[in-house]
Amino acid sequence: MDTPKDKDQPPAKPQVMLYICGECHHENEIKARDPIRCRECGYRIMYKKRTKRMVVFDGR
Amino acid sequence: MANIEEIRTRVRLGEFEVTNGHTTDFPGSYSGYDDAWNQVKFEKKFHIDVIRLTDRDLEFDMVGIDCAIANAFRRILLSEVPTMAVDKVFIYNNTSIIQDEVLAHRLGLIPIKVDPRLFEYRTADDTEGTPEDTVVLELKVRCKKNPNATKDTTDPDVLYVNHKVTTNNIKWLSQGNQAALFKDGIHPADEDVLIAKLRPGQEIDIKMHCVKGIGKDHAKFSPVATASYRLLPEITLTQPVEGALAEQLKQCFAPGVIEIDNIDGVLCVVSVDSAVCCRCAVGCVCVLRARVAAARKDTCSREVLRHDTIKDCVKLTRVRDHFIFSVESTGALPPDVLVTEAIKVLQAKCRRVLQELEDVDSDDQ
Repeated sequence: MDTPKDKDQPPAKPQVMLYICGECHHENEIKARDPIRCRECGYRIMYKKRTKRMVVFDGR
Repeated sequence: MANIEEIRTRVRLGEFEVTNGHTTDFPGSYSGYDDAWNQVKFEKKFHIDVIRLTDRDLEFDMVGIDCAIANAFRRILLSEVPTMAVDKVFIYNNTSIIQDEVLAHRLGLIPIKVDPRLFEYRTADDTEGTPEDTVVLELKVRCKKNPNATKDTTDPDVLYVNHKVTTNNIKWLSQGNQAALFKDGIHPADEDVLIAKLRPGQEIDIKMHCVKGIGKDHAKFSPVATASYRLLPEITLTQPVEGALAEQLKQCFAPGVIEIDNIDGVLCVVSVDSAVCCRCAVGCVCVLRARVAAARKDTCSREVLRHDTIKDCVKLTRVRDHFIFSVESTGALPPDVLVTEAIKVLQAKCRRVLQELEDVDSDDQ
């Protein structure tokens, strides 16, 4: 059953968010409300990955 | 008269100064000399001898030409013979420690082995590029941990896969009909030039546009690692140098410049090598005399002039119109092709001047 409230919300993105552990550089898949903690080493500081947007430089 | 001839044709290396450095054989400088330029005279005197030619190096002698022209060739080689180099760098991902702009600059300086004569210059407003003016290269590397690494190793070559990004990782993306034109593919001139180092999880994903350009615009387009010339050294022994002085003289020059002959060696039965004194205890008749064997190898250090005992025995000069060129290619084109290209550039410049003069003449009428 669709309620008007549900329609306003953006559809859930199928893509998962990957974060990089600040300690072991392992890539962690963390969803909303998951504990922020590296699965490999238990470190609690995570970094976002670099954007995929292309940048142009002059080779000089 | 001999002195005038020397002033005209030789540069003199003195103890404290270099004299006669300038060209003076212009028409009217000397009475009794016809210095007017003449095609027949020039062709008789001028010659080029190739001394050494490899795929990267060229040494040749250019004899009988004014230094202005010789220098023009050198300068054109450095800054006006075109090559292809990476100019636009499209960075899709770079998580290595080397910054984007530094990486782009490093990529620009890599010599690319591709004949620039098959390409056009890219116009200033063109950002996309066409197969006629652009070579597209790709660099896509991702570093991983080596699962097979032994546990106690600390060697990064064993621990990681792809941790060194070199020119080997650069791949050519053929555009249009380029694949048919370049059967052997397009690669950097050197393999294993280190571009960046990675650690596991780091990634480089880059596309590059190589364009044609000249060294005047940026040094990365310069086709030579260096192109230089020197004048042919000349060493004259003004008096015979013998015995211990001969050995001293030999030590003043680079190896092979001065050789010592045992001029009476035939008489000496003990001596095996003609250049070595037999050192017979009694009745040695060896006379060791210095001889200029290869003045060309001299570095012109003038060390000999610091020794009062022998400095008056030698005259150091350089031949003013004998240029020893050394051209080292970066690998895009062979060095001999670079020199012919430089000559073509100078010819084109001369033609342009003549055309301009003609236009001025026709405007006046």
